[in-house]
Amino acid sequence: MAVSPTHQTLSVLVENRSGVLARVSGLFARRGFNIISLAVAPSDDERFSRINIVIDVEETSVEQITKQLFKLVNVVKITELHPSEAVERELLMATLAAGSDQRSSVIELVGVFEGRIVDVGPDALTVMLAGEPDRLDDFEELMRPYGITELQRTGRVALPKLDRQAPPRLRLTGKAS
Amino acid sequence: MKMTGAQALIKSLEMEQVEVVFGLPGGCILPAYDPILDSPIRHILVRHEQGAGHMAEGYAHVTGRPGVAMVTSGPAATNLVTPLCDAYMDSVPMVAITGQVSRPVIGTDGFQECDTVGITRSVTKHNELIMDPDEIPLMVRQAFHLATTGRPGPVLLDVPKDVLQADITWHWPSDEDLAASLPGYKPTLKGHPKMIKEAARLISESRRPVIYAGGGILRSRAAGALRELAERTGIPVVTTLMARGAFPDDHPLCLGMPGMHGNYTAVTAMQKSDLLIALGTRFDDRVTGKVTSFAPEAKVVHVDIDPAELGKIRRPDVPIVGDCRQVITEIVRALEGRDQADREEWRSRISGWQERFPLYYDPHVPGDALKPQYVMEQLRDCAPEGTILVSGVGQHQMWASQYWRFTEPYTWVNSGGLGTMGFSVPAAIGAKVGRPDRTVWAVDGDGCFQMTAQELVTAASERIPVKVAILNNAYLGMVRQWQEMFYEERYSEVYLSPDLPDYVKWAEAMGCAAFRVESPEEVQPVIEKANSIDDRPVVIDFRTDSREKVFPMVPAGFSNDDLVVHPSQKPGGERVVQ
Repeated sequence: MAVSPTHQTLSVLVENRSGVLARVSGLFARRGFNIISLAVAPSDDERFSRINIVIDVEETSVEQITKQLFKLVNVVKITELHPSEAVERELLMATLAAGSDQRSSVIELVGVFEGRIVDVGPDALTVMLAGEPDRLDDFEELMRPYGITELQRTGRVALPKLDRQAPPRLRLTGKAS
Repeated sequence: MKMTGAQALIKSLEMEQVEVVFGLPGGCILPAYDPILDSPIRHILVRHEQGAGHMAEGYAHVTGRPGVAMVTSGPAATNLVTPLCDAYMDSVPMVAITGQVSRPVIGTDGFQECDTVGITRSVTKHNELIMDPDEIPLMVRQAFHLATTGRPGPVLLDVPKDVLQADITWHWPSDEDLAASLPGYKPTLKGHPKMIKEAARLISESRRPVIYAGGGILRSRAAGALRELAERTGIPVVTTLMARGAFPDDHPLCLGMPGMHGNYTAVTAMQKSDLLIALGTRFDDRVTGKVTSFAPEAKVVHVDIDPAELGKIRRPDVPIVGDCRQVITEIVRALEGRDQADREEWRSRISGWQERFPLYYDPHVPGDALKPQYVMEQLRDCAPEGTILVSGVGQHQMWASQYWRFTEPYTWVNSGGLGTMGFSVPAAIGAKVGRPDRTVWAVDGDGCFQMTAQELVTAASERIPVKVAILNNAYLGMVRQWQEMFYEERYSEVYLSPDLPDYVKWAEAMGCAAFRVESPEEVQPVIEKANSIDDRPVVIDFRTDSREKVFPMVPAGFSNDDLVVHPSQKPGGERVVQ
């Protein structure tokens, strides 16, 4: 049975001006909307930044959040990304107190998850994994027994999934050849 | 042309056709007060910055043009927060200019520094801290554009002192410059044709429709369009507290004010209707009562320029984003050629309620204090044509809205959404400045009056002859009413005393003519005397009965079906709250 997701990602294109993030986060606080995760970065156009907000859709309607966000003068465009229609990624970095006896099993696990060792100390390792949020959760759980001394995860970034079917024109070309 | 930032600021205001600025100077805004001396713009020196904000609102309410308030940084800016929030809640176009400490000092807790844009972010439509002196003209153009288009509201510009002192080359931005500077701002004005058609269908077919007209009618200057819609279809109209005057009270289709203290017919017609045509209104809790039982059988056509209002409280069957005037005109056009359903039964039910439950209050008993409703009726009946009525917040506000007869738009000014006590005196001054040709009466409570009365000094010294009627019942009357009805008459911190202060002496000390009225026979002659005084403000201290309550009333949190009518009106149509 399909469980309807409790979150959704809003990809918000905003003017690259000071105070815009405060306007967005202030609006969420003021209207009692919940933010699960937040990622902010410049977009491909220097006039704009992109804010990726993962919101809890169990408590508030996406429609109302989107409409209120759009009232902010500096918000230029909002794309709603439903989890089933989006590619979502997060980045995790963790420092593990893995001594020499545990090191090889950590390295093995990182290998299984296709993560990387990004820093090595005499009795600690820093590992990194980029991937789907669920996969990061699993990784974090499996790393925990080795003793996580520090952990950071980024906000979530997302892009719409591409159409599986090739565009019609390309398909025709394929047939001809 | 070279000039200072301050000169550019004042010149930009002139370019925006600003005639008057309400304000009070101080350290950081000082540079802007020098070019004001050479400008045709009239500056009105207030006694408290809150007054400047409410004056700007009053001015905007009656003229439709944005009111402008200019004050300094820190405490002056924080004093402006209440009017900004008030204007935000009631969608009043307003531009506020605040001084700020010089750029190098920002963030160091300088003298009279506060984070004005941070503090006012949630109570303005938009705000900006101007860090580049060359941007002053563009920021001013943006501010006026944002304040007056789409859903109107307050916009604040925070200007550091050294930005005002800097030298710039004057450049007034073109329409294209303006549009390019606001890439995310494009209000939708025209309704979706499919939705308009669907609205027309629902309207034609409904048997028990009510037009639910809100303040958006006034903001979009749609009173004419509304009247055409009502008359073409014969559909009755309720006007919310913010829309009083948007449809004439003496019109046969007018049902008056709905809501917590609305009249029985307006409230009940909405409850029993099968279609609410909600125009420029936001289903405020004071109108809906308990939302889940509000107009339970009604379908909803909801027209608003703010998309976020559609579905915020009640899901509309036909949502239409657009400017009320344009959309109503389009709906009227779409109705052409459509027959209207038979509504004879609906009309007769409505007139039945009107006959059975008119507004009512007990007659005056000799020896008692004045009935506040009687004072309102006399003020109304003595008012010169076109009088603008302004009110504070509380019982007197409800009586003013209930007992006045509004016949034209922009003659009612009040604080609806925020419910700001102390609104009326400064708002009346702003209204009189905007419409000097009109008589302006402020109806105020004694509690409200004490909050902002000092602005009568402004009115006296600037020769702005407003009139103030204090319904002095020596109580915070609305709170007293709730304590009587819902807290077993346990009166807590609501008594104010009728004589302390002595309102007549106080008003006279502020340069006003002042009268006290205690008996019904004096009411009319003193009002007429007040109406004849035109060289200074007038204050009348009406001693009113503190036991009077506002009826009808829907207790907070109750359904509108539980409307409580005046005790003397026979039960049967209403239910009495347990």
